[in-house]
Amino acid sequence: MEKLSIILGKSVQKVTRLRGNGGSALPGLVIEKTNPNFVKEVLSKLPYGVVVVSGTNGKTTTTKIVTELLQKQGLKVFTNKSGSNFVRGVISAILNNIKVGGKFDYDIAVLELDEAHAVKFCEVVPINYALLLNVQRDQLDRFGEIDHTADLLQKVAAAARKEVVLNREDPRVGKIKADHPVYFGLSETLLKKFPSDDNLIEKTEAKVSDKPAKVVFEKLSKNHATYNIDGENYSTDLTLKGIYNAYNAAGALAICTTILSEADPANLIKDLAKIESAFGRGEVFEVNGSEVEILLVKNPSAFQLSIASFADDDHDYMIAINDNIADGRDVSWLWNVDFSKLKNIKMTAGIRATDMALRLKYDNIHVAKIEEDLETAVKKFTRSNKKPKRIFATYTAMLEIRKIISGKSIL
Amino acid sequence: MTLNILHLYPKEMNLYGDHGNILAIKRRCEWRGIKTNIIHYEPGDEIPDDIDIIFGGGGQDSGQGKIEADLQKIAPKLKDFVERETPTLVICGIYQLFGHYFETSEGKKIEGTKILNLKTVAGDTRLIGNITISTPEFGEVVGYENHSGLTYLGEDMQAFGTVITGAGNNGKDMTEGVKYKNCIGTYLHGPLLPKNPRVTDFLILKALENKTGKSQKLEVLNDHIEQRAHKVAVSRPR
Repeated sequence: MEKLSIILGKSVQKVTRLRGNGGSALPGLVIEKTNPNFVKEVLSKLPYGVVVVSGTNGKTTTTKIVTELLQKQGLKVFTNKSGSNFVRGVISAILNNIKVGGKFDYDIAVLELDEAHAVKFCEVVPINYALLLNVQRDQLDRFGEIDHTADLLQKVAAAARKEVVLNREDPRVGKIKADHPVYFGLSETLLKKFPSDDNLIEKTEAKVSDKPAKVVFEKLSKNHATYNIDGENYSTDLTLKGIYNAYNAAGALAICTTILSEADPANLIKDLAKIESAFGRGEVFEVNGSEVEILLVKNPSAFQLSIASFADDDHDYMIAINDNIADGRDVSWLWNVDFSKLKNIKMTAGIRATDMALRLKYDNIHVAKIEEDLETAVKKFTRSNKKPKRIFATYTAMLEIRKIISGKSIL
Repeated sequence: MTLNILHLYPKEMNLYGDHGNILAIKRRCEWRGIKTNIIHYEPGDEIPDDIDIIFGGGGQDSGQGKIEADLQKIAPKLKDFVERETPTLVICGIYQLFGHYFETSEGKKIEGTKILNLKTVAGDTRLIGNITISTPEFGEVVGYENHSGLTYLGEDMQAFGTVITGAGNNGKDMTEGVKYKNCIGTYLHGPLLPKNPRVTDFLILKALENKTGKSQKLEVLNDHIEQRAHKVAVSRPR
């Protein structure tokens, strides 16, 4: 059955590719209908099993960190790189990497799955480990409610046969029950930089959880980070951008030291130093002689964290807001972000550029330029001076800006 | 002059940028030299007598559960404010609970405050998307709706507006929200007030008139960005 599915799936892939459809969803759909056990059959043969990474923010970069750390430790890691984090996407990724004879040459699978799909996935495929990052207000028109999201992650935790790594500082993830919980967290000092969704809205002070943590993110000055792993401190410079990525790295370290208990933390830290953020997450480009960093924003908590970690520098800023389906049609979440600490916002851009300018107006911030057309916006913004710049962008705006900047001909 | 603004249950009922509604009232007062005092009302608190504007937003199910009992306790006081023409804006969850009841899909009735003659029953699909309505007092009003409850107005109730695009109260009778005295109930998030400054100014004006006992005129503000954002929102697909 499995071999038949592989041949069938690969054939459908070929046909859809010939027809120019990129071949992502259809092969998965065909396999799902003809052999619902396909993913289970393939993945349950992996010696270390399956790791699911889920949560609202930071899944993609965290999955990348876990994957690369395990690879450096010598494991062959299967992962769903393209961000196609659906069961069907996983099927397609398997089809791309499996031999017709059924040889699937990996030790472990590290899969990024959003909360709803993670639950569906766990109903079909047994998983060994889960790394659960956070539950924050995401695109409200997609999942509706934050407590519902926490329930979904609880189901994922219940499905894991081995350890579940939990962010003890997240008010909802910290409460998730698991047979073998392992925690990562923050020091008292750093916690102040990470207001939870509840803290943002209720304006309350967060407290460090009293749960014992395997990995604590202790300190960060510029890009120099200190982690405490099993009671010992390790410091390193990071290539990763942004304080939240450094935080998620603590979760990645916790799951890697759990899966490979014999691994030397000092080596993991050395490998972590070189890992870069995922596509579109803190990528830096050089445009017209100045450094331009693109930062994906998709919900208030992540946006607030970005603002908090950049409050003291002198970059120029542009904020690009689209409201296509992939961004979320509802832009009301912008009103749950406090922009008053962000200086030097030179331009708002994208389909909802005016909404963004309006939002800033009510924080008493005047924006000189509102430019809906992203190409014009990027051109004007990057040509204005040689200062380092940052662009906050929603998903589809990020893709478009990246294209505009990397195809420099228009600039 | 200081206006006292009562924000009902900001902890539990705070979805979809409702904070932006409070911010819109606050800033449009400040820009005219009117001070504001925002009172965050949580279950068990005392409600002061000198409230000038009341606001209540939408919440998730768990939030709604936590405020139900308390809302019953303060219902007579809220009703009194509304009857005395206190400008009031209630959105989504609190809008539903300003009516007689909310009937869940299991047939359980959650008691409302009965301030407004309307009832809500759980629907089987979520009504989600951009919405534009036409209102007799404020012209075209734009927002974003996200609700599964279907609201039906009593015969003596006037709708806030008529649906141009979107679903509105129940997706059937083309009504959206309710307008009773100076109380507006609606499903429009977005948030509502920043892109519809006429509605914001209505609440402020009525508050000033109630407070001073005489007719007032608001200083005209430059609403260029508000109007442009309104226009963009109206042009977006559902």
